Amino acid sequence: MNRTGSGAHEGEIDVRFQLTEDQSALKAGVRELLERRFGREALRAAVDTPGRLDRELWRALGDAGFFALRLPEPDGGVALGLPEAVLVFEEAGRALLPGPLVSTHLAAGAVPGAATGETVVTAVDGELVEWLQAADVVLGDVSGAVPLRSLDPLTPLHRTAAAAPGGRRRAIRAPAGRAAVDPVATLLTAAEQLGTAVRVGELAVQHARTREQFGQPIGAFQAVKHLCADLLARTETARVAVYAAAVTADPADIAAARLLADEAAVRGARDCLQVHGGMGFTWEADVHLHLKRAWTRARRGGGNTESEELLAARLVA
Amino acid sequence: MDLSCTPEEEEFRARLREWLTKVLPTLPAKPSPDDWPGRRAHDLGWQRMLYDAGYADVHWDSSPTTRLIFLEETEKAGAPYVGANFVGLLHAGPTIAAEGTDGQRARWLPPILRGEEVWCQGFSEPGAGSDLAALRTRAWRDGDDYVVSGSKIWTSHAEVADWCELLVRTDPQAPKHRGITWLAMPMDADGITVRPLRTLAGSAEFAEVFLDEVRVPVAHRVGAENDGWRVTMVTLSFERGTAFVGEVVACRRVLGELARTAHENGRWDDPVLRRRLGRLEAEFRALWRLTQWNVSEAEASGGVPGVGASVFKLRYSHARQELYDAAADVLGPDALDLDRPWVLDRLSSLSYTIAAGTSQIQRNIVAERILGLPKGR
Repeated sequence: MNRTGSGAHEGEIDVRFQLTEDQSALKAGVRELLERRFGREALRAAVDTPGRLDRELWRALGDAGFFALRLPEPDGGVALGLPEAVLVFEEAGRALLPGPLVSTHLAAGAVPGAATGETVVTAVDGELVEWLQAADVVLGDVSGAVPLRSLDPLTPLHRTAAAAPGGRRRAIRAPAGRAAVDPVATLLTAAEQLGTAVRVGELAVQHARTREQFGQPIGAFQAVKHLCADLLARTETARVAVYAAAVTADPADIAAARLLADEAAVRGARDCLQVHGGMGFTWEADVHLHLKRAWTRARRGGGNTESEELLAARLVA
Repeated sequence: MDLSCTPEEEEFRARLREWLTKVLPTLPAKPSPDDWPGRRAHDLGWQRMLYDAGYADVHWDSSPTTRLIFLEETEKAGAPYVGANFVGLLHAGPTIAAEGTDGQRARWLPPILRGEEVWCQGFSEPGAGSDLAALRTRAWRDGDDYVVSGSKIWTSHAEVADWCELLVRTDPQAPKHRGITWLAMPMDADGITVRPLRTLAGSAEFAEVFLDEVRVPVAHRVGAENDGWRVTMVTLSFERGTAFVGEVVACRRVLGELARTAHENGRWDDPVLRRRLGRLEAEFRALWRLTQWNVSEAEASGGVPGVGASVFKLRYSHARQELYDAAADVLGPDALDLDRPWVLDRLSSLSYTIAAGTSQIQRNIVAERILGLPKGR
């Protein structure tokens, strides 16, 4: 996945979608690390101890270059680009890895210790802050922030004073003067959502192949088959959008990636839940964890209104 | 395999652009949709111009990337659609090129490329749609001829075609996929009756074709007797490959026009409409990238598009319908006026989730061939 040629289409950059050998190796390496350090047992243990961030795992991520990926080598970085970061965050999303990953990654180089995984950095995102208690550094004003009973058991949340809980929002649009959302944060969140879509697709297909009713695997029934096919079609469409945006870094491509990845993750998780039937509604099955995380990420940056408006504005630019 | 353009491909693009700028103003006016002889003449004339300029065989004899460039540039320049040449250039032609004898290639391919002969497709039957292999049109051997009886449906350009790529059943005892043969049937043979079918858009885009003891020389068979299903699959994979490149480019242009129209008529102030168009822009940006990805995959696999084409077709056909539904919201009351732009396109878009394999069949393909789910009901 990289940028090639001059870009013969007006305003567009040619994209090579196939991963380079190094990129494939990086992706496989992160998957292996996460399977080893954050497998299903660790995941369920984390669910049982809400609010606790595994600092040892965080440092292991730092050692693996998770946060320093895009920093120049003299600053202790790996000097890679957005395409590599997107692959790594896709794997993090697939593994349901908890923590303020995007904020810490973005703070690498600016906040001491963030790059190495010594310092956990979170940031105010509109009216919400993830992992406020566990973080060492908070970017933004959190005075008066109050904890929520978070929907996602793996993402502790605080509500900032900008809007009282349950209160009326002060404005439909972002208040003037509020810092615009960093497009890179949006893209990395989209990559995590892509990872969720990939994982719930795997879970749905696995269940459809093995669960038998009426004397055959339920995946033999078209009603189930078509849920899985649509799930894959959404995932692969989101994948090209995310990968292309990582190469071009065009804010409109990033907005498109965000919209498609949110859709792929949220609808994918819901369809996966449906394929699982009654098991999908239990606490024991992992499906709800994926759906809750996808819903949580979809709220980042104040939801997807701004992405839709940005793309609409491009149409008449 | 990648999507970067080589210097040769860049040169191809530049030359093509220059040629299009020069020749498009000289084209005769587009004939009315009901004037079939006029449409035939117009489409064949365009193909002849392509031939004279050296672009006639771009669908067959070039890399997928070159083909992508060709389809993208001709669409952007507003060049005529492939039209009456569709079956010849994208179905029958590639099949004959891949499976025909030297003599068959020499007989049929040059007239397609030179814009002299039109082909139509005799695949679907009233009782064989999604289940194409259930086709029942029979062919018996009688000396050097097959004698064919039965009926075909959804045959585009049947009224003006010279040839029909015809699927017939030659062995009714064999399992359904194994008793089918591919024939090239001359449309002026005795025993052929063409009855135009009117679409919901009001025009006669396709026809029913009734065959009553039509004699087709055995020499017109492409591939072996009873091997027609395999021969056909080669053809169908072409249909699902790069066939939609120009259309994605066209959809992106329409989306921009919709936004500008909404700006002018005041509906742009409606945030619901605006955001809906923004979402469509996201979708078509991704579909364009998906097209590029599929083309690069096809390049890697030697030209035959893979199952990824089903993912694209599934998503694109739905997006196209959404696009014209959004157009109706931009138009407001004008959406009910057939003389307004996009209103007929909205009607035509309804065929997209049905033609060339319904969305339900595409989902089966994705689920069974990509995800490996068991075949069944």
